[in-house]
Amino acid sequence: MGDVTVNVNNESKKKRSQLHDVWRRFRKSPIAMTGLCVVVFMVLVALFADVIAPSDGRNPGYDIHNLGNRFQAPNAEHIMGTDEFGRDIFARVVHGSRVSLLVGFIVVTFSMTLGVIVGAIAGFFGKVAENILMRFIDVLLSIPPILLAISIAAAMRPGMMSIVLAVGIGALPLYARVMRASVLTVKEQEFIEAAYSIGASKFRIIRKHVLPNCIAPIIVQATMGLAYAILWAAALSFLGIGIQPPTPEWGAMLSEGRMYIRDHWHMVMFPGMAIAIMIFALNMMGDGLRDAFDPRLKK
Amino acid sequence: MHKYILRRLLMMVPVLIGVTFVIFTLTYITEGDPARMLAGIQAPEEQVEQLREQLGLNDPFAVQYFRYITNVARLDFGTSFATGRPVFDEIISRFPTTMHLTAMSIIIAVLIGVPLGILSATKQYSVFDGAATFVGLMGISIPNFWLSLMLILLFGVQLGWLPTSGFDTPSQWILPSFSIGISSAAIIMRMTRSSMLEVLRQDYIRTAKAKGQKGSVIIFRHALKNALIPVITIVGLEIGVLLGGAILTENIFSIAGIGRFMVDAIARRDYPVIQGGVLLLALTFSLVNLIVDVIYAYVDPRIRSQYK
Amino acid sequence: MSDILLKIEDLTVHYITDDGTVHAVNDLNLSLNKGETLGLVGETGAGKTTTALSIMGLVPNPPGKVINGEVEFEGEKLFEKSEAELRQVRGNKISMIFQDPMTSLNPIMTVRDQIAEVVLLHENLTAKEAKEKADEMLLKVGIRADRAKEFPHQFSGGMRQRVVIAIALACNPVLLIADEPTTALDVTIQAQVLELMKELKKEFNTAMVMITHDLGIVAEICDNVAIMYAGSVVEQAGKEELFTNPKHPYTIGLFNSIPDIDSDDSVLKPIKGLMPDPTNLPTGCPFHPRCDLAMPQCSEILPKRTEISENHYVKCLLFDGGG
Repeated sequence: MGDVTVNVNNESKKKRSQLHDVWRRFRKSPIAMTGLCVVVFMVLVALFADVIAPSDGRNPGYDIHNLGNRFQAPNAEHIMGTDEFGRDIFARVVHGSRVSLLVGFIVVTFSMTLGVIVGAIAGFFGKVAENILMRFIDVLLSIPPILLAISIAAAMRPGMMSIVLAVGIGALPLYARVMRASVLTVKEQEFIEAAYSIGASKFRIIRKHVLPNCIAPIIVQATMGLAYAILWAAALSFLGIGIQPPTPEWGAMLSEGRMYIRDHWHMVMFPGMAIAIMIFALNMMGDGLRDAFDPRLKK
Repeated sequence: MHKYILRRLLMMVPVLIGVTFVIFTLTYITEGDPARMLAGIQAPEEQVEQLREQLGLNDPFAVQYFRYITNVARLDFGTSFATGRPVFDEIISRFPTTMHLTAMSIIIAVLIGVPLGILSATKQYSVFDGAATFVGLMGISIPNFWLSLMLILLFGVQLGWLPTSGFDTPSQWILPSFSIGISSAAIIMRMTRSSMLEVLRQDYIRTAKAKGQKGSVIIFRHALKNALIPVITIVGLEIGVLLGGAILTENIFSIAGIGRFMVDAIARRDYPVIQGGVLLLALTFSLVNLIVDVIYAYVDPRIRSQYK
Repeated sequence: MSDILLKIEDLTVHYITDDGTVHAVNDLNLSLNKGETLGLVGETGAGKTTTALSIMGLVPNPPGKVINGEVEFEGEKLFEKSEAELRQVRGNKISMIFQDPMTSLNPIMTVRDQIAEVVLLHENLTAKEAKEKADEMLLKVGIRADRAKEFPHQFSGGMRQRVVIAIALACNPVLLIADEPTTALDVTIQAQVLELMKELKKEFNTAMVMITHDLGIVAEICDNVAIMYAGSVVEQAGKEELFTNPKHPYTIGLFNSIPDIDSDDSVLKPIKGLMPDPTNLPTGCPFHPRCDLAMPQCSEILPKRTEISENHYVKCLLFDGGG
């Protein structure tokens, strides 16, 4: 009994120092830290969108029409200019961060949960379950992801729900594959055999031994996945089958601005920059995380 | 080798049946009534009901699905609600344009991505490597639909150097191909770099050095060939991304390909076209990946000998 | 016998990493005569492979760095040669056999091409002649010529190591460095490969540095032995002398930890403790924390290399007359 307690303590201590190491390596990378700072900044902007771009009492901050003020180029009052309804583009971009991040988080949660379950079952139980699940994943993979998302979104009433399903199912195979691969690697290792030999049940082994060891690749995948989710959601909205106006979605704003590109460049410049910066930051973070979890890759 | 190709072709069949199942199910659960779409909004309910019966829309799911795949097997993808013409003909007539655009962009992606990746890996930790890594990360982060718009703004509107619509003359090819190709170039560059770094660490590179071989020969004869094996896989996967990118880009540059046709179909809820387009592009993607795998087996003797 | 082929003096190699500096090789001295076989013995992490790579000029840089010392080969200082000159030596005059045959061959090149490559580099032959030479070498290591067009994955570990040996000997080197050439192989295959190396060494009249942790292999194949500990040679002597009259407490410890079938004494006496962390070596003699005979000054003074009889050197304060 005493031995067991000691072991558990050692293990949790080891885990803590491992996380500490990851953070130490992450902190050392200027690219990763820049990414993290930008992401934190974007999250703060999203949280305080109503403060940064407040409502005028009747309409939310992103939907204050002013027809006398249409198509203004960026100026002191409207730093990103105004759109075809005279709405302030800066206010819409700020509120758009809320939509994009929300969609991104929901999509990642959805596809990660499903993908991890599918991948874990396929990797751990093997045989029939693996065959069925992985063939299903193969089917999803043989449709280019954005096409799969388009066909799902097109089949539904446009909105948050359709985006989450469309992008989430499109991204599911990525998580399932990563998960399965790491389960297979972990499964081969001797401590799993040791756990079996002391009579641990399959589910206990998955929960206690397999999952914790698969976390690193899944976290990296989720960070990159958040970037993809935001990108694809914007693409769907750009095509008109995602978030609908007047909700300020960056992709949808681009789609509106497109019509006026020849005369009013600012309408396509800023929403697109917001998407690009957001995704860039997430990718920087994801790269940094990957290197921090697996220093061997960098050397 | 023939055996291998045949085997892979046979393996494609169940996957493609799966694809038809997914796509059909999506249309089946779709909100919106195809019969109503076909008959028009003003048509009386009896006429719509008659049409529904005629199209077999009242049959059970399994019956409808079976009818669907037998039709698909005969290349009958249904009729477009919007144009009234067979979907297959509509799509096939636009197919070459989309393939042309995709091929151009993959060429751009490989020609930029592979050399930069090699250079970056062989000069690891140099200023060039740092810059290439940063730019590569930027490349994968720029949404291609926004990049299209920015390129139009710069080269079309501001500088007036290049046309911003159509796809008939070489000058019209440049902007759309780069718009889609750039992000794949970045991904291929990153893959080439990391694969090259991995290979350069291998024992057989040390063996080559111990033979007294020159650095440049080691890189090209020993490292590059091995490093390109995973890159080939990525190129295959990127073709799927490029096909998807073509959908958005064709739309922006008014290119009369499958993508633009499909986006118009989305706006009109023209399901047979969406269905057919996705199916055909998935088929193309699968075939391309088969070709990629054959190349893969050609390059890697370990895989080749499994299928002798 | 003053026919010295290879002489290493005061070699110090560090690996400089984020987690600290690894002192892989420290003040190492070694010499080897023409045609002779030297066993370089030590535990994993003692710096044997780094020593070998230093001779080849192949210490990976970064993170590896030669801090100090000289390697003299045929009277020429290798560290003063240019990269191009070194390439003329590698694979030609000095060649190397690596530990893991599974990874030391290029997976997408036929074995014939891999042997022919080294021949083409150093001998003035046409491509066709080089291939013929490759097939000839394969026959010498016991591989039928009709397998020459096959790829490494089609060979077993033992066969691959034969291919590696063929590459190493193809240009008739003066010195062959074998880095644990049999460690990764099955015991029966080990014996075959060792036998092959012995024969070929005789045929080609090659000097050899045999890196191993297996004293059995040393007894079988070597003329002289150098015992390495924590990046340094602690004792070097002729095989007979070392086996019958070991001096350094570490060497004695090594012999005591081998089971002896002929002896009645069934209890092994392993060396207590573990190899020191090469990023943080103990002061003084690096062996003193594990040494039964340690004296107080052992933790302060780094012992010098002392010749205690002809061709028998020890690095230990017990024998360090000068103190």
